[in-house]
Amino acid sequence: MIEFISQPWPWYVAGPLIGFIVPALLIFGGKQFGLSSNLRHMCAATIPARLDFFRYDWRRTGLWNLMMLAGIMVGGFIGMNLLASPDPDIHLSAKTVTALGDIGVSDFSGFVPTEFVSWKGLATLPGLIMVLGGGFFVGFGARYAGGCTSGHAISGLANLQVPSLVAVLGFFVGGLFVTFVVLPFIL
Amino acid sequence: MQVIDSQEPEVLAELDPLECIDTEQVPEAYKEKAYDEANAPGSLLVYGLFGVLFGLILVKSEVVSWFRIQEMFRFHSFHLHGVIGSAGVVAATSVALIKKLGIKTIHGEPIQIAPKVWTGIGTRYWLGGIFFGIGWALVGACPGPLFALVGGGVSVLIVAIAGALAGTWTYAFFRHRLPH
Repeated sequence: MIEFISQPWPWYVAGPLIGFIVPALLIFGGKQFGLSSNLRHMCAATIPARLDFFRYDWRRTGLWNLMMLAGIMVGGFIGMNLLASPDPDIHLSAKTVTALGDIGVSDFSGFVPTEFVSWKGLATLPGLIMVLGGGFFVGFGARYAGGCTSGHAISGLANLQVPSLVAVLGFFVGGLFVTFVVLPFIL
Repeated sequence: MQVIDSQEPEVLAELDPLECIDTEQVPEAYKEKAYDEANAPGSLLVYGLFGVLFGLILVKSEVVSWFRIQEMFRFHSFHLHGVIGSAGVVAATSVALIKKLGIKTIHGEPIQIAPKVWTGIGTRYWLGGIFFGIGWALVGACPGPLFALVGGGVSVLIVAIAGALAGTWTYAFFRHRLPH
């Protein structure tokens, strides 16, 4: 059993499982699946600085979501340590390996390119842009758009929201720009 | 059973377009009760367990992989399109059933999903979406995976989370001057 679930899960197992989180949260407590709100709750809890956007009861409205986030860290720990795949390599498409090799990625082990995304990589300009810059745009963009992948691409589209469709198209425009313009330039 | 159409214009008018998505999807009269229930220790534990499950799925399906995100943006593999697409189909079918059958929460509140507010040409969605996509492709992780990876031991992404908090804060600081 442990061996069976330690293998990488195919999309048709993982996707539906993620999809069921949406009705589960709605039926359990009328909650909307959306994780980037936690970044707002964390700001409201630590450095609200009298900004109106952070003036609300984060504990009352957001503690459930922060608990979910803490759970995600535990799930990440379990998945990457206790249930780590026997085969540590990610079987990427050969085209992706070639394309990334062409722009300067050589280490394909693990979940992140350790040449850039590591404490050592942080001292390099590409690493700093990817980790700190990437993080900044994720936080800024998620709040500007009013949601991230879970809030728009999954919850929003599940409720057939046109704004979410526009946001998801935006995600891809931004992502394609970085993939084909920014990464080849900085790496 | 009371079915409330979430597309009703009155509901739309009540929502401040600048507000963050409201996470409480029950009618106004039930909100305080729903908050009380959500903050009961037992409920918080259940939300934590939902998180554990989601974190585990993210890792085991390799959604947390920077390389898989590249593969997705390059359209070289169906894997992540399949994960997000099938999640969307299952979620959409479930939400449609919840609405059609007027399913209530386990505590008895009617479920009423707030629509996302569209103003003007929807600037916040396409512009915010583009910014988010830039970050997603750079760091190779969206908010859920960032925390899953830190939990799993990729400690450098604490810096990315700090960046995301700075980004959130920056939005809060400038939001009155940003076009929405």
